[in-house]
Amino acid sequence: MNELHPLTQAVINGRRKEVPDLVQQCLDAGEDAKSIVQDRLVPGMTVVGERFKKNEIFVPEMLVAARAMKEALKILEPLLVAAGVRPEHTAIIGTVEGDLHDIGKNLVAMMWKGANMEVIDLGVNVPPAKFVEAIAQHKPHLVGLSALLTTTMPAMRTTVKAIRDAGIPVKIVVGGAPITREFAEEIGADGYSRDAGSAVDAALELLRAKA
Amino acid sequence: MKYTSLAIDDPAELIFGVAPHPLTTREGMVIGGGTVYPELNFTLPPITIDAAGMAEVRRNYADIIEGALGRAAELTAPGVVIEFETLPPMTEHPEWGMEIVNILIEGMEREKARSGLKSVLRMTPNDNREFERPPLMRRGRYWEAMLQLFEGSAAAGAELLSIESVGGKELHDEALVNGDLAASIFSLCILGERDMRFLWTHLNDIAKKHGVYCAGDTACGFGNTAMVLAEQKMIPRVFAAVVRAVTAVRSLVAYECGAVGPGKDCGYENPILKAITGFPMAMEGKTSACAHLSPMGNLAAATCDTWSNESVQNIKLLGGMAPTCYMEQLIYDCRLMNCARAEGRDSARMLQRWLVESDVATDPQAFIISPESSVELARAIVGSDSHYHAGIAVARKAVSLLREANAAGRLRIAGNEAGWFDTLDDTLDDLPDSEGEFISQQLALADSTKFIAAEYGLT
Ligand code: B1M
Repeated sequence: MNELHPLTQAVINGRRKEVPDLVQQCLDAGEDAKSIVQDRLVPGMTVVGERFKKNEIFVPEMLVAARAMKEALKILEPLLVAAGVRPEHTAIIGTVEGDLHDIGKNLVAMMWKGANMEVIDLGVNVPPAKFVEAIAQHKPHLVGLSALLTTTMPAMRTTVKAIRDAGIPVKIVVGGAPITREFAEEIGADGYSRDAGSAVDAALELLRAKA
Repeated sequence: MKYTSLAIDDPAELIFGVAPHPLTTREGMVIGGGTVYPELNFTLPPITIDAAGMAEVRRNYADIIEGALGRAAELTAPGVVIEFETLPPMTEHPEWGMEIVNILIEGMEREKARSGLKSVLRMTPNDNREFERPPLMRRGRYWEAMLQLFEGSAAAGAELLSIESVGGKELHDEALVNGDLAASIFSLCILGERDMRFLWTHLNDIAKKHGVYCAGDTACGFGNTAMVLAEQKMIPRVFAAVVRAVTAVRSLVAYECGAVGPGKDCGYENPILKAITGFPMAMEGKTSACAHLSPMGNLAAATCDTWSNESVQNIKLLGGMAPTCYMEQLIYDCRLMNCARAEGRDSARMLQRWLVESDVATDPQAFIISPESSVELARAIVGSDSHYHAGIAVARKAVSLLREANAAGRLRIAGNEAGWFDTLDDTLDDLPDSEGEFISQQLALADSTKFIAAEYGLT
């Protein structure tokens, strides 16, 4: 197996304090910001994501890695903006109207961010109109809806309908404890995922299909 | 701290069906007086709750109560507790919640007249305060509507008042996913304690006015969130178990403010509270898998006074409508426990032991609420001089109990969890002795956009 780059390794181990120097070393060596993100940081988070999926580590450990990556992005983001580089994919996520459960949704958002997506989190109890408004504003590739109550499943249906009625082409992924693949299909969502780990695969599958 | 000694200090006496301070309902059910009663809770299938949908909502609840009580009467249950845990719009519009309360009470009275079945209604308005972000904990329309529903249902005949209150939760979700025990103690023992005291003082006034009981609260949004996260392998089970122990400090405050049980079903911390207060407790376990999975389906029954299914949707199963099926299951679970009791102390003890032994070694969360651990944890709480110190003491005790059991091979802990014992102990070692200093530290670290310190009496 190839030895991992020290920056990749620092992300994996969550050694946040070492990250700024390592990023600077990459920049000094002539690497551009985009390739540092793609070739050094994202592979680190991919390893962490894999370990998590295999139940080798827990969310707290994963968050430590995510914070290390964030440390790098603090330096790299201004450079990316200056170079006009944006993450390849943007997603909007929120818990539907009437529902305050957000831990699952937050975990999905975290996993998506780890896969280098820009994620705009609308929070909880989000009315359909707010989703539509945010989609019009941010033009995301993907929208994620979460619902945990049986009595807010209808709000998920209404939200999907409102997004479709607005005529904006966007892929919709849904999830949450009472949601099933059948329900997702029935309400016209494009994708469903049963947990945060597979939410990345579900998103990437849809985004690849789009491309 | 109001409680400075234990009501039950022998794990063998921390047992199903009996509590040192039983509670007698208007119809003469004696909860904690030697009989375990089934406690049924139910919820709606996918339906929109709004003015237009209320007819269907009413129909659902009318069908649920008729079907479930009919079956309870056929199976000659000694009495049943019916819990009405509202869904958010029913608390936001108390008049809708009241419509359901009246439907349930009418159903219960009708069954009493028909078959003589005794029943009592536990009313659990849901805590909508966090619909506002950051939440207003002591004022505003959500607070007002919630109190209105409590008051209305107490006046209408709901004899047991409960809630799954959310004070302190604004910071606790984050504490859980970060594995941050210090922030958990801040949420539970500083913010939670203050909110509980405020809330339950008000509920106690309502209960007194209408001659009903404050039953109890649960740290569901804290301990059960941790438990579910651990079940999903998101956070270590060891951490979730320690958090559970700390939740007892928060839930205890309801009893310090006048609650007398039965404690609310999803409070898996209830065995610790039963040891401290001597009040009867509801518990849930294997028969609540319809609502969420748990690692202690049998063990949870070892100390219960009412036995609950937590929540089931009103959907059709092969045996009948789900609430009716669950009523049946609960009744059979209770029959077994009551049969053991009827045979005498030794038989009851034997069943208690089997319920414990069948789960205790398999999971830290189960281990931590076993009668033996519960008594030790309870002792750590009552030996403390403040809720903050009680939080530290009970967490420390929980870590040491788990560590010892693991070392002695009495508990199975996954390899990737063992390192967490040291992490948790290190966190506890670093906490200041002074509560004021701890509060300042945590306020400096907390995300101030998420909560309003003044709503907890902190500035
Ligand atoms: C975009 O794409 C995707 C893809 C995947 C997605 C996705 C989106 N969203 C989720 N996923 C998926 O990935 C995640 C990670 O793997 C997973 O997310 P989950 O959210 O499933 O998993 C989380 C990581 C951990 N799980 C959780 O956090 C939920 C656990 C349970 C126990 C639960 C909790 C913790 C809470 N609750 Co609530 N709660 C329950 C839950 C029981 C259960 N069986 O789920 C449930 C859902 N609650 C219920 C109820 C009734 C309520 N709750 C309420 C409140 C709360 C707490 C605040 C106490 C707390 C929420 C904390 C929070 N910030 O979210 C109230 C409602 C509040 C509201 N308006 O929403 C209240 C009404 C209770 C009351 N009377 O006050 C029940 C629902 C009943 C029904 N009719 O549907 C319930 C099943 C528990 C029960 N009583 O049986 C997947 O589902």
